[in-house]
Amino acid sequence: MKISEKFSRGEFVVTTEVGPPKGFHVEPLIEEAKEYLSNITAVNVTDNQSSVMRLSSLATCKALKDAGLNPIYQLTCRDRNRMALESDLLSAAMFGIENILCLTGDHTKLGDHPQAKPVFDLDSVSLLYTVGQLEKGVDLGGNELVGEPPKFCKGAVVSPCSDSIDAQLAKMERKVMAGAEYFQTQAVFDSERFISFMEKAKQFGVPVQLGVIIPKSVGMCRYLNANVAGVHVPDNLIDELKADKEKTKAGITGVEITARLIKECLPYCQGVHIMAQGWESKVPDILKLAGI
Amino acid sequence: MLITKLKAKEDIEALVTGKVFIVNCHGCKEVSFPEAEAKALQKELCDSGKVTGILTTDYICNPENMKLRLEKHRKEIDAADMVLVFSCGVGVQSVAEYFEDKKVCAGCDTIALPGFQGVTPLEYKCDQCGECYLNITGGICPLTACSKSLVNGQCGGAKDGKCEVDPNMECGWERIYQRLKMLGRLDLLKVPVQLRNYATDKEV
Repeated sequence: MKISEKFSRGEFVVTTEVGPPKGFHVEPLIEEAKEYLSNITAVNVTDNQSSVMRLSSLATCKALKDAGLNPIYQLTCRDRNRMALESDLLSAAMFGIENILCLTGDHTKLGDHPQAKPVFDLDSVSLLYTVGQLEKGVDLGGNELVGEPPKFCKGAVVSPCSDSIDAQLAKMERKVMAGAEYFQTQAVFDSERFISFMEKAKQFGVPVQLGVIIPKSVGMCRYLNANVAGVHVPDNLIDELKADKEKTKAGITGVEITARLIKECLPYCQGVHIMAQGWESKVPDILKLAGI
Repeated sequence: MLITKLKAKEDIEALVTGKVFIVNCHGCKEVSFPEAEAKALQKELCDSGKVTGILTTDYICNPENMKLRLEKHRKEIDAADMVLVFSCGVGVQSVAEYFEDKKVCAGCDTIALPGFQGVTPLEYKCDQCGECYLNITGGICPLTACSKSLVNGQCGGAKDGKCEVDPNMECGWERIYQRLKMLGRLDLLKVPVQLRNYATDKEV
């Protein structure tokens, strides 16, 4: 199912994401997804996330779909030129994958193959445009496709807590012009900043899903603050995680913080995207606590 | 060596808004400059009364040299709404950096050929891509100022205005955004989707 159907009915759309393993044994991921994520509208599959080489997003999407889940195929522009991206999009259509998320991708230097050539033949905007062209039945070389063209629900990302917020909004507008039908945001830990971002972003008239990461530990939050662009965990949340070490270790504090953030932002967005990062088992608890 | 090739006549005419001051750089012996074509095009612009002055000089990529030459034409430059530069991409970026609140446009595309690449300071890099983007990016090259060479805007990797790859490098698209804002040209962020053309060098 295309998640745009849910947005157009005015439903609050919940998605989450899984990261493929560094290996080809996908069964544990599928079993966990079946157990905890089967009631979720759709599940993103990351594409060599953080520039770390793993099993492909496309193959994992196919495995999830076969298991009865609804995958969102993430594509980055770091590892493939326009021909490879177009070819993989056609493959996704053949597998019946209906939702995609178009990203530029982290630079190769940040990952586990820093010697690799960074491609970036396309970027998030021109990739969205490319998908639109394929949907019209032509490729980027101007050649006609054979048979019925593919049709996807096309998503993109935006970073609401970036310190370059004006440049981010300009890019968001370019993505809308290039065909983005929904947005998932970078992780938000500060509801006020998200709400003020949405005041500006709502002019584009495209649904936005609040992005959240479950804070697992104080160390993780410090790592995010130091290393991840556009993510800032405020001190009061770090203090909350410090307050009861046993409760934090059991994941209860993280679940409470995440559910509270969702509740605070709920009136201002059209859905939520939960990046559980291995804590998929906590997702049902978060949704229950947030009242979704 | 380099080849600088005039942009299409209609593209240059579309760039010229109001009065224009023209800079030609015949600096490097390693750069092949389309002198006759540039002269013919500039004569047409002069005949239409749009030109406040023309400076034909060399090595505008050397900031100190460029300033001395340009300042002799200060009145003509002040009388112009924009500066149109016929040089390699390094020259255009040097002039754009100097007149940071004035519209500075490139009249040429720069293409690489084997051999020496001319005399350029390292601060202003030109990738010799053959499809110069400087006219839509406020005179800052997105190919060399952005570590991913993105041509459609900022990625999500900038932190405190710095690049995700190198914390000592300013985010090129943050610089471009701020420059366009200063020039009152944020509308350029809404140009159609840009797609690189890696076949340009074959046209030479």
